[in-house]
Amino acid sequence: MNALVAALGRVPPLLAQHVLLSAAALALGIAISLPLAILAARRPRIGTAILGIASLIQTIPALALLALFYPLLLWLSGLVGGGIPALGFLPSLIALTLYALLPIIRNGVAGLVGIDPAVTQAADAVGMTPAQKLRLVEAPLTLPVLVAGIRTAAVWTIGAATLSTTVGQPSLGDMIFAGLQTQNWALVLAGCIAAAGLALVTDALIGLIERGIAHRRRPLWIGALIALVAGLALATAPLWQRADTKVVTIGAKNFSEQYILARLIGDRLERAGYTVRYRDGLGSAVVYGALSGNDVDVYVDYAGTLWNGQMHRSDVPDRRAMVAAIGRWTQASSGVRLIGPLGFENAYAFAMRGADAKARGIASLADLVAAAPSLKLGSDLEFLERPEWAAVRRAYPLRFAAAKSYAPTFMYRALASGEADVISAFSSDGRIAADGLTVLTDPKRAIPSYDALLLVAPRRAKDAAFVAALQPLVGRIPVTAMREANYRVDRDADKQPPDQAADWLARRIGL
Amino acid sequence: MPAESLRFDAVTKRFDDTVAVDGVSATIPAGQFVALVGASGSGKSTLLKTVNRLVEPSDGRVLIDDADVATRPAPALRRGIGYVFQSIGLFPHMTVAENIAIGPRIAGGPPVDVPALLDLVALPRELAGRRPDALSGGQRQRVAIARALAPGAKLLLLDEAFGALDPVTRDALGQEIRALHDRLGLTTILVTHDMAEALLLADRVLVMQAGRLVADATPAQLLRGEGGNTAQALVAVPRDQAERLREMAR
Repeated sequence: MNALVAALGRVPPLLAQHVLLSAAALALGIAISLPLAILAARRPRIGTAILGIASLIQTIPALALLALFYPLLLWLSGLVGGGIPALGFLPSLIALTLYALLPIIRNGVAGLVGIDPAVTQAADAVGMTPAQKLRLVEAPLTLPVLVAGIRTAAVWTIGAATLSTTVGQPSLGDMIFAGLQTQNWALVLAGCIAAAGLALVTDALIGLIERGIAHRRRPLWIGALIALVAGLALATAPLWQRADTKVVTIGAKNFSEQYILARLIGDRLERAGYTVRYRDGLGSAVVYGALSGNDVDVYVDYAGTLWNGQMHRSDVPDRRAMVAAIGRWTQASSGVRLIGPLGFENAYAFAMRGADAKARGIASLADLVAAAPSLKLGSDLEFLERPEWAAVRRAYPLRFAAAKSYAPTFMYRALASGEADVISAFSSDGRIAADGLTVLTDPKRAIPSYDALLLVAPRRAKDAAFVAALQPLVGRIPVTAMREANYRVDRDADKQPPDQAADWLARRIGL
Repeated sequence: MPAESLRFDAVTKRFDDTVAVDGVSATIPAGQFVALVGASGSGKSTLLKTVNRLVEPSDGRVLIDDADVATRPAPALRRGIGYVFQSIGLFPHMTVAENIAIGPRIAGGPPVDVPALLDLVALPRELAGRRPDALSGGQRQRVAIARALAPGAKLLLLDEAFGALDPVTRDALGQEIRALHDRLGLTTILVTHDMAEALLLADRVLVMQAGRLVADATPAQLLRGEGGNTAQALVAVPRDQAERLREMAR
C-alpha cells in the first residue's frame, strides 16, 4: 500500500505530459476530421476512400504506428537538412492524431448523412446559402453524434498515449513500462490507475457534453465543457513553470541496471542542488538521440552499443582504445560529453544452464556451433536485430532450432523453465551467479566490449557543478557490485525497488 | 407589394433516361390560386420546384414578373418565395418562433412579428417557445406556412402540403390557406393528387400527365365535363364517391 502511494507520487509530471499530448492530438484530430467528414458526406465516392484510409490506419497497432514515424521523420529531417525532431512529442502527436481520425470522421459523416432530407430541403427552400445551412442546420443536428465520436477518439488517444514512452515522449506509460521491467507492480498499478482514471473522467465529461447537447440542456454541456477545460489546465499545470536550468532529466533504458544507475546519478545530482526528473524505459536507439537533443541531460550507455549502433563500426579494438574513440566521436558529432567509464562491463554474453552446459561439454561459442541445431535460443527484444548478433554469426555459424524474443526478466525465466536453452544474457546481470548459469567464452572476440559509459548532454557539457557531481562515479563501480545491485531488483523474492538498490550500491562503493 | 405573376416557358426536366417535365408552357397571372393536379410521377412536383430552383430545368425558362429565375442567386430567389411541402421539414433543434423567424434572419432583415404570424395561421401564441416535436402534425404544418410567409412572400408554393394530415385537419387548413391567399393577395400554386381539393380551393386547375399539361380549366368548366379525358377521369373519382355516399344516405 505504501509502495502504491509512493508510486502515485510520480504521477503528476507524467500526467501533465500525457494530458498535453492527448489533448493536442485530439484537437488536431478534430481539426483535420471535420473538413474531411463534410467532404465525405457531400461526395460519397471520396467519402468511401477517406473512411477506407482512416480504417486502414486504425488496423496498424498503435505501437507500430508510433515506431513508424521515427524513421519517417528521420528521413524527412535529412531531406530538409535537419531540424525535425524524430523522437518525443512530434512523432507521438502525429501517430495519435492519425489514430483519432476514424471515430470522428465516421460519426461526423453518420451525423450529416442521417439528417432528415426534409430538413435539408427546408433549409434550401427558405434560402440558406450552403454556409448558412452548415452553420445553422447541419452542424447543430450533427453535433450530438459528432461529440460521441470525439468521445471515443479521446478514450483511444489517452490509452494509446501510454505507448509514446517508447519513442521518448514522457507519458503515464513511463510508469507502466518501467514497472513491468523491474516487476514493480505498485508502479505498474499506479500508472494504470492514472491512465484509466484519466480516460474515465474524460469519457464521463464528454459524455455529459453529449447528453447536454442531445437534450438541449445548455447548463449541463456548458458546465461539463468548463470542467473539461479546467481539468486540462489543472492537469498540465506542472508544465507551465518556467524551464529551470536546475531541473535535470536522467534517461534510462528499459532494464533494471539502467534504473538503478539513473537513481544513483539522480541522488548525486540532488545533493548537488539539482531537481531531478527521470525518463525511464527509453529504447536504445531513442535514448542517445534524446541526449544529443538535450531532452535528456545524462544517462549511461555501453561502449559496444554506441560502437555498433551509433558509429556503425564492426571492428573490435581493445577496450581502452574503444572508449577513447567513442569519446572523440560523441564530442565531434553532436557535442555529447563522455565523462568516463563507470568501471564495469555489461556485455552481451551467451549463457546456458550450468548443468546443461557441463553435460553437453559446451564452454565457448565455438563449442556451441555443433550443438546449436538441437537448442533453442532466447534473446532480449532487440538482440536478434542488433549488429552484435550479426557479428557473432559471422564468427560462429550458429543455427538454432528456434529463436524467440523476451523482455529481459522473462528471458531468464525461459532459460530456467527449459523454454530456451541458450540466452543472450548480460555480463553484469546478478541472475547469472544466482541461477548458476555458465557464460560461454568468445575465443574469436566477435563481441566488442561493453564498458558502461557516463554520457552528458551538450548543454550540460560545460556545467562544472553538474560534471563535478558525476565525476566521482567514474571507475568506481566493480562488476560484482553492479551484479549484486541488479540482483536485488531482479530476484523473485524480496525484491527491492531501484532507488533502494541504488542506495545500497552507493554505500557499497563508498559514496 | 402586389402579387407576382409566373410564366413557364417550354420547361423541360430530364433525369438520366426519363423525362419528368416535357416542354410545359403556362402563364399564371398575379393573384391567381392555381391547382396543379396529376397522378404520382406525372411531374407536377418537379415542375413546381423549378420555380424556386430546387430543380433546375434542363431546357426552358421560368419567369417571375417577367424576370428569369435563373439570373438571380438561388438563395436570394428562394427568400422571396414561400415553399411548404408534405414532409414539413421544421428545424427540430429550433423553437417554433426560431423556425418562423429563420427566413428574415438569414436574409439579415428586420426581426419578424412572431405572435402576429402565429395569429395568421391560427396557432396559440404560447406555442412560440415549443419545439416542433411537441406539436401535432396539423400544428407543424401551420408553423411551416407561417415560416413560408414570414419574409413577406407574395408567391406561395404548396407541394402536397396537406398530404400527410388527417382529413379533418386537411380540410380546415385548405380553407384557411384559401382565405389567407385572398386576404394577403398572394399568387398560389397548390400541387395535389386530390382533384376534390383542387376543385374546392383553386381558381384554375392544371392537369399533368407524363410530364405534359393535358388540361387547363376552371373548376366550373371541369364540373361541366370539359377539359379532356384525363381531367375528367380525375374529376370522376370524387363525383362518384359523393354520389355513392348520397345513395347510402337515402
